[in-house]
Amino acid sequence: MAVTNNKLIIKLLGSTLLMFGFGFALVPLYDVFCQVTGINGKVDLTPGAYSSRSDSNREIKIQFIAVNNEAMPWKFKPKEFSMTVKLGQTYSTAYIASNSTANYMVAQAVPSVSPSEAAAYLQKVDCFCFNRQPLEAGERKEMGLAFNILPDMPAHIKTITLSYTLFDITQASSKVLASTD
Amino acid sequence: MTTGTEQITAAEIETAEAGQNESFEGVQADTDKHTDATEHHHGPAKGISRWFFTTNHKDIGSMYLWFSLVMFMVGGCMALMVRTELFQPGLQFIQPDFFNQMTTMHGLIMVFGAVMPAFVGLANWMIPMMVGAPDMALPRLNNWSFWILPFAFSIMLMTLFMEGGGPNFGWTFYAPLSTTFAPPSVTYFIFAVHMMGISSIMGAINVIVTILNMRAPGMDMMKLPLFVWTWLITAFLLILVMPILAGVVTMMLMDIHFGTSFFNAAGGGDPVLFQHIFWFFGHPEVYIMILPAFGIVSEIIPTFARKKLFGYSSMVYATSSIAFLSFIVWAHHMFTVGMPLAGELFFMFATMLIAVPTGVKVFNWVATMFRGSMTFETPMLFALAFVVLFSIGGFSGLMLAIAPADFQYHDTYFVVAHFHYVLVPGSIFSIMAAAYYWLPKWTGNYYDEKMGKIHFWLSFIGINITFFPMHFVGLAGMPRRVPDYALQFADFNAVSTVGAFLFGFSQLLFIYNVVCCIRKKNQASKQVWEGAYGLEWTLPSPAPYHSFTKPPKVD
Repeated sequence: MAVTNNKLIIKLLGSTLLMFGFGFALVPLYDVFCQVTGINGKVDLTPGAYSSRSDSNREIKIQFIAVNNEAMPWKFKPKEFSMTVKLGQTYSTAYIASNSTANYMVAQAVPSVSPSEAAAYLQKVDCFCFNRQPLEAGERKEMGLAFNILPDMPAHIKTITLSYTLFDITQASSKVLASTD
Repeated sequence: MTTGTEQITAAEIETAEAGQNESFEGVQADTDKHTDATEHHHGPAKGISRWFFTTNHKDIGSMYLWFSLVMFMVGGCMALMVRTELFQPGLQFIQPDFFNQMTTMHGLIMVFGAVMPAFVGLANWMIPMMVGAPDMALPRLNNWSFWILPFAFSIMLMTLFMEGGGPNFGWTFYAPLSTTFAPPSVTYFIFAVHMMGISSIMGAINVIVTILNMRAPGMDMMKLPLFVWTWLITAFLLILVMPILAGVVTMMLMDIHFGTSFFNAAGGGDPVLFQHIFWFFGHPEVYIMILPAFGIVSEIIPTFARKKLFGYSSMVYATSSIAFLSFIVWAHHMFTVGMPLAGELFFMFATMLIAVPTGVKVFNWVATMFRGSMTFETPMLFALAFVVLFSIGGFSGLMLAIAPADFQYHDTYFVVAHFHYVLVPGSIFSIMAAAYYWLPKWTGNYYDEKMGKIHFWLSFIGINITFFPMHFVGLAGMPRRVPDYALQFADFNAVSTVGAFLFGFSQLLFIYNVVCCIRKKNQASKQVWEGAYGLEWTLPSPAPYHSFTKPPKVD
């Protein structure tokens, strides 16, 4: 009896540990799952390929939005509020940020695309969101963005909204991020 | 009100007993012999150390039940504070931050402190007696899993007196509310959750090992009483999801103190991820709180309908499929986070699918009662109220499952009405029913039937006055977790508050009844209830400190 008990207990304890690990594994698993099925609106943070194809004449409207997270004091806005773009061609624009405080600060912009279905087709060739953005006190900066939209995007999407939320990561970057990049 | 409720005397039951539990042959002779010959040197220890060091499943079961009752009262007081503030629009009684702490702690305490320990207590008391085992398989572990709980809840309640107050982010503790914006005491909350989790997991391991390894000879899996079956499945759910809860609070801890960014968008994390992981735990958790209730009701209804349970094996399969489905529906709690349409549809239909096995159960209970010779003692009243009111809660759940409609209902009082209908007249009523049903077996005395019935009716009326109007204010758009509200909700809120006080204070009657039942002699027979069936009813009342030291034979 004792032997069978021990076997069962070990199995049960094992599954407990396994599930604890699985909880953490869910973090990357959700990403993988959403990439495979393509059902997530999560924005790809790796640079896309430059493209100058002009085989598509389809035009869509892209709108730019700037949001400050919580008490982020910077002035932050897009250079152009909207553009009309041809699919397949690469365009560049910029966001303007100015650090109106008297301190050195570091910011991180986090993008979001609406409708989320379009996120997979919006390729960022270059983006200020790929890097942390340090600004001296009072400094103003034009932060560049180059993108193209894949021509195979579903036809019913006529307008895309690209939004950036600016986070203050001055404290975190001095502690942790400094060592990572 | 009820019919055929005359008190059944012990003598009548003894005579009725003749043919009742005859499939358990030789049980009585064995236990009696044992009691005479060997028990004199092995009774409970004396004094307070009995409770600290006990490894006896009955002692530990009692401690769990008392603990849960205390927590029920503490959580109930918090609910009454919330309801007092909501009696009228405007702020009269408590400030918004303290109000948030009260709603949060009420939820946490009721879920982890009242309902779950009560079920573990019932499992401790009843499972060994129902499967014919002398004790739980891992008695020392059992002692430990109970004694962690008072410490866990002391830590949790302590936070209320700390600077910045206790947890105020809702029982679902969504990030970043519970990370970036949390009071400093959140770390204590995290450790308290860890401790509860460890306690639940150890309890679950104990239950599984007991059920799988310690059944009496002849007690096949498909002969197990349904309470045992539902608990076996619940224990597996616990083992699968409590570690996920431990994982998610660990991630919070790391985000708060160690600079990680699991849920922090600025660092590449995602607050929605928190909701996904939390509800991956959270949805099976709600079934952890209802499956044992299904088991209890499936024991009580056949007893008082004096018929065998209709569709035993379909009950087992229905419970298993509910448990399975609970793992693939979590995102119905978060329809409004901006999921893709495919996700919304999948989670909507998967959720609706749960209504099928649940419907099977409800129909089985009704079919059990059909043409049965029913009597309406207190446990039966609670069980019947369970069937009716849980079904109402189930239907409002179906309404919430409709993704497009949920955008309107999300975070309104309709949700509050829904989950209180499945948890109060669901879980809590089943626990009350179980307590009344098995009290004579535990204490050896009948409780006061009249007082029990008054308690039932006051509770029944009280909870309906409390929670039914919440459907209306919710549909009219009153958001949940608000200390103040628009004027048009005033009347229904006042009604809810009156009902809450009625329900809350009528529970004192229950405590009084239990204490009287322990103290006053009103000798219960071995059989206790005329129609009761199962191994536990072959033991004397009160059940001896050590039972089934020699396994009974089950045909």
